[in-house]
Amino acid sequence: MMKGPKKWRLFALMTALLVFLSGCGREEISTLIPAGKVAQDQFNLLILSSIVMLFVIIVVTIIYVLAIVKFRRSKVGEDMIPEQVEGSARLEFIWTAIPIVLLLILAVPTVYSTFDLADVTAMDAQDEEGVAENLTVNVTGKLYWWEFEYPEQEIRTAQELVVPTGERVYFNLIAADVKHSFWIPSVGGKLDVNPENVNTFYLEFDKESSELEEGVYFGKCAELCGPSHALMDFKVKTLNREDFDAWVAAMQEEQEAPSEALAQEGEELFGPDGLSCIQCHAVNSAGAATGVGPNLTTFGDRTTIAGFMEHDEETLKNWIANPQEYKPGNLMPEAASLNDGKELTDQELNALAAYLMSLKVEE
Amino acid sequence: MSSNSQKKGFGATIWDYMTTVDHKKIAILYLISGGFFFLVGGVEAMMIRIQLMKAGNDFLSAGTYNEVLTMHGTTMIFLAAMPILLAFMNAVSPLQIGARDVAFPFLNSLGFWLFFFGGIFLNLSWFLGGAPDAGWTNYASLALASEGHGIDFYSLGLTISGFGTLIAGINFLVTIINMRAPGMTYMRMPLFTWTTFVASALILLAFPPLTVGIFFMVFDRLFGANFFDVTMGGNTIIWEHFFWIFGHPEVYILILPAFGIFSEIFAIFSRKRLFGYTALVFATILIGFYGFMVWAHHMFTVGLGPTANAVFALATMIIAVPTGIKIFNWLLTIWGGNISFTVPMIYAVAFIPSFVAGGVTGVMQAIAPLDYQLHDSYFIVAHFHYVIVGGVVLAILAGTHLYWPKMFGTMLSEKLGKWTFWFFFTGFHLTFFIQHFLGLMGMPRRVYTFGADQGWDLFNAISSAGALLMAIGVIIMLVNVVMTVAKNERVGNDPWGDGRTLEWAIPSPPPFYNFAQTPLVRGLDPYWIEKMEGNKEGMVYAEPLGDIHMPNGSIIPFVISFGMFTAAFGAMYHMDDHAWALPVLIVGLAITFGSMLVRSLKDDLGFHISKEELIADNERIQKEARALEGGKKGGLK
Repeated sequence: MMKGPKKWRLFALMTALLVFLSGCGREEISTLIPAGKVAQDQFNLLILSSIVMLFVIIVVTIIYVLAIVKFRRSKVGEDMIPEQVEGSARLEFIWTAIPIVLLLILAVPTVYSTFDLADVTAMDAQDEEGVAENLTVNVTGKLYWWEFEYPEQEIRTAQELVVPTGERVYFNLIAADVKHSFWIPSVGGKLDVNPENVNTFYLEFDKESSELEEGVYFGKCAELCGPSHALMDFKVKTLNREDFDAWVAAMQEEQEAPSEALAQEGEELFGPDGLSCIQCHAVNSAGAATGVGPNLTTFGDRTTIAGFMEHDEETLKNWIANPQEYKPGNLMPEAASLNDGKELTDQELNALAAYLMSLKVEE
Repeated sequence: MSSNSQKKGFGATIWDYMTTVDHKKIAILYLISGGFFFLVGGVEAMMIRIQLMKAGNDFLSAGTYNEVLTMHGTTMIFLAAMPILLAFMNAVSPLQIGARDVAFPFLNSLGFWLFFFGGIFLNLSWFLGGAPDAGWTNYASLALASEGHGIDFYSLGLTISGFGTLIAGINFLVTIINMRAPGMTYMRMPLFTWTTFVASALILLAFPPLTVGIFFMVFDRLFGANFFDVTMGGNTIIWEHFFWIFGHPEVYILILPAFGIFSEIFAIFSRKRLFGYTALVFATILIGFYGFMVWAHHMFTVGLGPTANAVFALATMIIAVPTGIKIFNWLLTIWGGNISFTVPMIYAVAFIPSFVAGGVTGVMQAIAPLDYQLHDSYFIVAHFHYVIVGGVVLAILAGTHLYWPKMFGTMLSEKLGKWTFWFFFTGFHLTFFIQHFLGLMGMPRRVYTFGADQGWDLFNAISSAGALLMAIGVIIMLVNVVMTVAKNERVGNDPWGDGRTLEWAIPSPPPFYNFAQTPLVRGLDPYWIEKMEGNKEGMVYAEPLGDIHMPNGSIIPFVISFGMFTAAFGAMYHMDDHAWALPVLIVGLAITFGSMLVRSLKDDLGFHISKEELIADNERIQKEARALEGGKKGGLK
């Protein structure tokens, strides 16, 4: 029987551990502050295994400290010849058996959770009218940005994933070029984005991202994919179901042309008669994948430029003028090369920035 | 060749080392070149930590950073850790089993020179248009997309180097199976020899998959094959399987000899035989065996499916059992002993908590669903540095101090050694402990920069500060080496006073024929047995004094390796349509195969050391030992 105080000590230890771990990092990105069921399951495994492993460390430490304190030469004498002990079958049995028991404690939830997190059978579930019951997002990893396609809704966007809270969202992942890895640390573990096959998993998002300090969760590429691997970030906006449906509806509508004169000039420049940016960047969410550059439909709604920079016109102009400086190795051409070798004027940059910032579907 | 070490000129010494087939000299070659590459890898590590010292640092560009991190990993694993361990294996295992040399002295030399030229080739990439930049794992899609010759340097350099390692592994297997002294049964072999044996078996089985993978890569890049090109029906995940079927056993190829070194140290400096020797041996074999069963735990996030992930998760967890057995047996070895805290021993004592920390995080990653969060994050970086620095590098530093007198006949300073230890050990924990939390806080690995708004700044700064302490520790160690070489104070057979195994029964450094008479082994820790029984002679011998047959030195291994080195340049530049490339390739291969032909056609019967020479040599050794003894009595105490 465990006595009261001992139980109390274990409880105190666990609480301290939890507080310590959960205090670590920022809510937008830390795996220690899980923001969804998948991340929570994984966090629970982390706590369970940490406790088991802490137990191992404590046992080893006790024997270790006793051994090196009690049997130092200065204590036992310069000339003492210790007894040449051969071993002990009993002791060796104990330290074989106990680890096996500890591993069994870990093995059961491991196997359960492995199958649970890989269960995507509900992905294709349809209601009576043939409408999918769950949201599926097709994710394509590209150098160095992310494309998000909502096949059922027939919309697509890039760099900012928008998902509803409180339900399972299924993901199909594939890479268009080299291998990447799709990771939203605070929402759930990663899955590789391979060029040769579609990987599938699900995540659940608990909290609306508007409650976060930054307004979005941070997503990462976790597989080395070239010079700008470190910058292949994306953001995740979570909305309640109602807001999400509104967002989808707004995305499905034909986007309005800008009303402001400067932005109209930018649109001209963006289009086929100007720099032909539109050859790579779609500005209509309903369009087919253009493949080369990110879809810019919601550019004005986004929180970052190129996934990691401040979302303001100044940064945007710098980025357009010189994309290689900010994200080395990306596929966006220097603006001058599209403009018969001439650098863009300030006026032209201003117009482009004004136009891009006007691309919004949210109020 | 003679054991009478007359002063030789610099050129003659260099020539001697270029042609030597003596396992002890080859050990020194491995130690020096491995040590050199260790410094190169260390400089690369410092560059990484300087770059990540603060958010948005611009010390290195994105491309250069990827080159530095790739070369840091590749250099440390293939060109530093493994060769330095091979140095100890070469220096010690033949002595521990009472052999005159390894089974194939010529091949031993060839193995070294192949490794050496492979390593030089790989590092020349820095000067010839860019180093490899796809990570030390060289994952196929990125490696194929990588421009320039970096990846070709990686593939060809590691192919050449890998041949050398494979040769070394085969050599040790044959040596240990065939050349044990009478009475040295398998269950009397010192643990370092055991771990050398198992690690060599792992080399034999693990390097071929790597070679195959690299060959595919070479064919894809140089000759337009499509093994990994997805658009042509290839598959990049095949590379990952090949790489990790090699890569996981590789971890044990490194850590098992480290275990061996620590086992020797615990026994020597606790004056106790190893607790549970049999269990330690079987744990070693089991770890080696399981090493091949678990490669896919590096691939939990690849999308192999829940069944594969669950099976590999459980298989991985099982490795914790034999490893745990080892830890507890070491603890019980020092328990009840008479512990003296020499420099090797403090490394060994420090190894236990460091390695346990690395081991438990290994079990955590074996939990596949948890690994989805940990994989490719800084948690992994922390984990494998705890295993490789906390295990292998600590063993290398400990082994350097422990075997320095046996290899060179002088003792490294204990005082400076302790300074090295404290700087290195503190720096190590400061650098890597905090990285566990960086990973859990969402920081992916292999990022050349990070934004200031993600809460990672402080921990990265601490980590970089720790790296500086490690660097200071290594510099003190270099000072120690230089001072020791300059002072040149000779030591006797058993400088630590408590040597237990055969290598401590003969002079430091041993004569080139090792044992004038093959010793008779009467149990585990044979030298200790003789000492305890008061045997003044040192050992009991299994044979009367007689002529010894020894192999001649040869420059051919050097030439064979040089030919492959040359051919590699030809192969690599051939695809750029340089007119000179094909001739270079042909000449290189001609040098290699020509020298092989010479070796095959020319009989080299070696030479004999006569009994009289041995007696004269022995008298000289005795005299030196007496002089040393006298000096000690006069000088110390």
